[in-house]
Amino acid sequence: MKILVAVKRVIDYNVKPRVKADGTGVDLANVKMSMNPFDEIAVEEAIRLREKGKAAEIVAVSIGPAKAQETLRTALAMGADRAILVETEDEVEPLAVAKILKAIADEEQPGLVLLGKQAISDDSNQTGQMLAALMGRPQGTFANAVEVEGDSVTVKREVDGGLETVKLTLPAVVTTDLRLNEPRYASLPNIMKAKSKPLSAKTPADYGVDTAPRLKTLKVSEPPVRQAGVKVADVDELVAKIKALGIA
Amino acid sequence: MKTLVLVEHGDGKVHDATLATVTAAGKLGSVAALVCGDGEEAAKAAAAAATVAGVDKVLLASGPAYAQMLAENVAALIVPLMDDYDALLCNASSNGKNVAPRVAALLDVMQLSDIISVEGDKTFTRPIYAGNAIATVESSDPKLVITVRGTAFAKAASEGGSAGVENVSGPGDQGLSSFGGCESVKSDRPELTSAKVIVSGGRALKDAETFKEVILPLADKLGAGVGASRAAVDAGYVPNDYQVGQTGKIVAPQVYIAVGISGAIQHLAGMKDSKTIIAINKDEDAPIFQVADIGLVGDLFKIVPELTGKL
Ligand SMILES: Cc1cc2nc3c(=O)[nH]c(=O)nc-3n(C[C@H](O)[C@H](O)[C@H](O)COP(=O)(O)OP(=O)(O)OC[C@H]3O[C@@H](n4cnc5c(N)ncnc54)[C@H](O)[C@@H]3O)c2cc1C
Repeated sequence: MKILVAVKRVIDYNVKPRVKADGTGVDLANVKMSMNPFDEIAVEEAIRLREKGKAAEIVAVSIGPAKAQETLRTALAMGADRAILVETEDEVEPLAVAKILKAIADEEQPGLVLLGKQAISDDSNQTGQMLAALMGRPQGTFANAVEVEGDSVTVKREVDGGLETVKLTLPAVVTTDLRLNEPRYASLPNIMKAKSKPLSAKTPADYGVDTAPRLKTLKVSEPPVRQAGVKVADVDELVAKIKALGIA
Repeated sequence: MKTLVLVEHGDGKVHDATLATVTAAGKLGSVAALVCGDGEEAAKAAAAAATVAGVDKVLLASGPAYAQMLAENVAALIVPLMDDYDALLCNASSNGKNVAPRVAALLDVMQLSDIISVEGDKTFTRPIYAGNAIATVESSDPKLVITVRGTAFAKAASEGGSAGVENVSGPGDQGLSSFGGCESVKSDRPELTSAKVIVSGGRALKDAETFKEVILPLADKLGAGVGASRAAVDAGYVPNDYQVGQTGKIVAPQVYIAVGISGAIQHLAGMKDSKTIIAINKDEDAPIFQVADIGLVGDLFKIVPELTGKL
């Protein structure tokens, strides 16, 4: 079985995002960028499935600017076999990303597609579900555990009430949650090796996908800022404050 | 505009988050409520949805295929129904996030995730970058698919409406997925997204046993829901559904008490709309104090038991 894994280049999770003064977006100039953390978990899971003998090949895909190559090299250094960069300098919405991934899935015929449950940039949480819909295949979102057996995959999902299990017929789409695994660091030799792994360059037009946005961003603004309040000296003062709030 | 709200329910009752979604839908136009489920529970939930103020009509899709909200089956049910509606609204909950994008893709529209306000027929605001920016976005699609952040809208009254219930049938089981059970711990504590008071614990709580010994008595005293940081969940102190934050639950109680939580942006994203924030942390420079209304610097293992005792 082949696994397709989608990765996105986003602001590093340690960076505090700042809104641009002109209100057109978030300032990403000279900001550290990394692989979306949920996508790292997706790459890791793909590698573990291959290590268990459940997958033969891992193809990493990214849709984004030329620099997303670095993100793909990271996936290759972790252990993906080859990569596809669908290059565009435009913002691509989840729906268009899903359409491009669908076209790639048509070509590659993966048994499993792994994606992060959300990008920590736009926080949409849509792409995997949309891809599953367009492929006409089942989806296992917010995965906490993934078990491939024969022609099905069992996915334990992190849901509002705890955990739930679904069994999906392959091919299927799975999106990762935080507890699925702890991604490995790429070793130096593997980083070197990744440089010579195949990476093919494409464009959205190669897949006949129109990436014109459906949502127009009218403005991006700062959220209301909370002011720091008071520090109390001891528990008695805290008790008084809590009583004044009327909750005890 | 005609809107359809996907109802979340349990024990024959409509979840609070759905009541907030009904309010958001009402800002766009008339509201029909879709109840998917099976058997008596679904029938009761449909009857409950019919009394929600602002709901004009209830659609009930009942059958084994809809018992577990499997996205494959529920999306296949909703898509043809959308011929009659201009907008679908779901909670930004694990169910809503699972189902809505599947419907959106099948309708070829771009979903609006996690809206916090309705600015016009096609214009909404939504947080991005862990709530560090608020985007105002306008849809150009012929139909809208939206998930709604429950804490941003008032709850519709659960009584006062008198809608009729209509049965609808969908294509049934798509044969792609099946439900294999759930692991959830039933508790009498208030559910996080509707609790008035929340006590949350972080990595500092050491282990599951210590978390229980320190946090639960305080929560019991205050009749509070219990939350946690990602670090506390990852370390196995508490189950995953306790996680508050950007990628966990979004909460906005009257009082949020953060115990041994540093205040990473991902955590703040989930609780900074709380009315009053109280922080207990031994590090006076912990970022949590920048958003806390009331802070106490010190060792939580001394402070929390003393506080519980004195309340
Ligand atoms: C993709 C991604 C998504 C994430 N999503 C979330 C999310 O949804 N929710 C979330 O919470 N995090 C999330 N995180 C993690 C987040 O970045 C932080 O790592 C996490 O919130 C830290 O948890 P913490 O505050 O409990 O632990 P720490 O940051 O380790 O803080 C522990 C605090 O306890 C204090 N302390 C220690 N001992 C004592 C004591 N005896 N008495 C008093 N205080 C004490 C310390 O001073 C410190 O401030 C996410 C991270 C990533 C990368």
